[in-house]
Amino acid sequence: MRVYVLSRLAQAALVVFLSLTAVFGLVRLTGDPVLLFMPTDIQAKDVEEFRQRLGFNDPLTVQYGRFLGRAVRGDFGESLRYKRAALSLVLERLPATLLLAAVAVGLTLVVAVPLGVISAVRRGTLVDHLGTLAAVLGQAVPGFWLGLMLIYVFSVQLRWLPTGGTGGLAHLVMPSLVLTAFFAARIARLTRSTVLDALGEDYVLTARAKGLAATRVIGKHALRNAAIPVITLAGLEIGQLLGGAVIAETIFAWPGLGRLTVQALLNRDFPVVLAAVFVTSVTYTLINLLVDLTYGWLDPRVRVA
Amino acid sequence: MTRGVTGVVLTLAVVVAAIAAPWLAPSDPARTDFALGLRPPGTPGHPLGTDQLGRDVLARVLHGARLALFIGVCTVVTTAIVGGLVGLLTGFVERWPSAAIMRLADVQLSFPFILLAMTINVIVGLGLRNIILSLSAAGWVVYARVVRGEVLTVKERDFVRAAAALGAGRARLLFRHVLPNVAPSIVVVASLQFSQFVVAEAAISFLGFGVQPPTPAWGSMLAESRDFLYVAWWLAAFPGAALAMTALGVNLLGDWLRDTLDPKLRV
Repeated sequence: MRVYVLSRLAQAALVVFLSLTAVFGLVRLTGDPVLLFMPTDIQAKDVEEFRQRLGFNDPLTVQYGRFLGRAVRGDFGESLRYKRAALSLVLERLPATLLLAAVAVGLTLVVAVPLGVISAVRRGTLVDHLGTLAAVLGQAVPGFWLGLMLIYVFSVQLRWLPTGGTGGLAHLVMPSLVLTAFFAARIARLTRSTVLDALGEDYVLTARAKGLAATRVIGKHALRNAAIPVITLAGLEIGQLLGGAVIAETIFAWPGLGRLTVQALLNRDFPVVLAAVFVTSVTYTLINLLVDLTYGWLDPRVRVA
Repeated sequence: MTRGVTGVVLTLAVVVAAIAAPWLAPSDPARTDFALGLRPPGTPGHPLGTDQLGRDVLARVLHGARLALFIGVCTVVTTAIVGGLVGLLTGFVERWPSAAIMRLADVQLSFPFILLAMTINVIVGLGLRNIILSLSAAGWVVYARVVRGEVLTVKERDFVRAAAALGAGRARLLFRHVLPNVAPSIVVVASLQFSQFVVAEAAISFLGFGVQPPTPAWGSMLAESRDFLYVAWWLAAFPGAALAMTALGVNLLGDWLRDTLDPKLRV
């Protein structure tokens, strides 16, 4: 188990390193990176000075080494707009996004997983059809449209909820609903199909044959085996969840990482973009590391391997 | 089965709307009429109402279908070719470059699709060609992974080994014997990815990084509608409904294709 954790940690470090390299390459691919890092209102004669100051005249390998050296220490430069260290700016916004994501994952666990299980167990009944319909619609309705429609109904017409911003619990409702919709729909569908698969397995038949109660057959035998693909997908989808947060945060003016990234992109504030890429990729990698570690708990076979 | 039919019907409806947009639309989608701004649905001559500049909403939604499908088709074809080739080659040739490319694919998957596409868009510049480019650059990974996985098993099968024993060259083995066996997966992935691309394009345009106004794109129409949400619900409702309908139709079609062609595939 320790070897497994260590090798997974090494892989995670590699992923973060490669994503930093990719970002470095992407920015350099544009031709003249100076133009990306400069304030737009700068004078032409200052460009050369700027280029010298930021070190863009050095050989590429030197620049790459310097970039990595600074990145490892968490130094992505100063935000052009806020005149502050880019990384601390990004880290300040991370908790708000994690809160949204946590609510979405929590709601998914409470609503989508049971829905998927019930659909599978009561296959072909009205419950199954309604559940599947909800999941299919949830997957098709784009988050940003759902957000606009929620604002129209609950803020404009009913005046129950604020249109955006932060404050109390009421501010959290619509952004987290938008974020949950897509995530929950996929998880519900996958849960249904994996539980269906598991219900057809011999060990479920055995469990039934020896007279175990239905709840125990499903809860202990079917669900535990169905959990692995669901958790795998959930882990992989965290990336898309963070992408969905970009949209939910922008619509509802939620001060999280996604909104900051969009604003940084719009303002061409590249130090912040780089720091945001770094933090997003580290977050994703850590979450998937945790996901991999839960396999060992769910499936003893993984512990040995 | 009924879901498959629903998928086909919805998809066909969108395709027909896109193709016939110039004839179905009551007026030119770009024609402004300031005297007739923000009229509700049901206004004579404007069945779905007008926007703040007096442009016909129905015409803009119909023309938006053209743009959405065009971008979707271009992106799906590009990603299928690029991702499919990468998957074929990395699955067939198990040397270190293959492992390196797949690692790179893992890294790319660790980053939100939409953020990646937007970042590429900001760097290469906005516009129709660049949005197809950025969506493709962000979207090839799924094909590569699925196809590679299939190739790894298909190439060990007897008919491939037999062909190799008979002296078939590598290119012939790959394209004549392996490719036809992984083609169904490529089709299924393409159909499941299509709606993702269409929605992603709309989201990117919504956030201001994609197709720019006044081009009638669903995403930029929804972005503009935000300023008028209090007075004109129809500006937000119809482009979004069209988008959702497209996504629903293509998703159902994709599900049906998967169940028919490749039931084991999970994307």
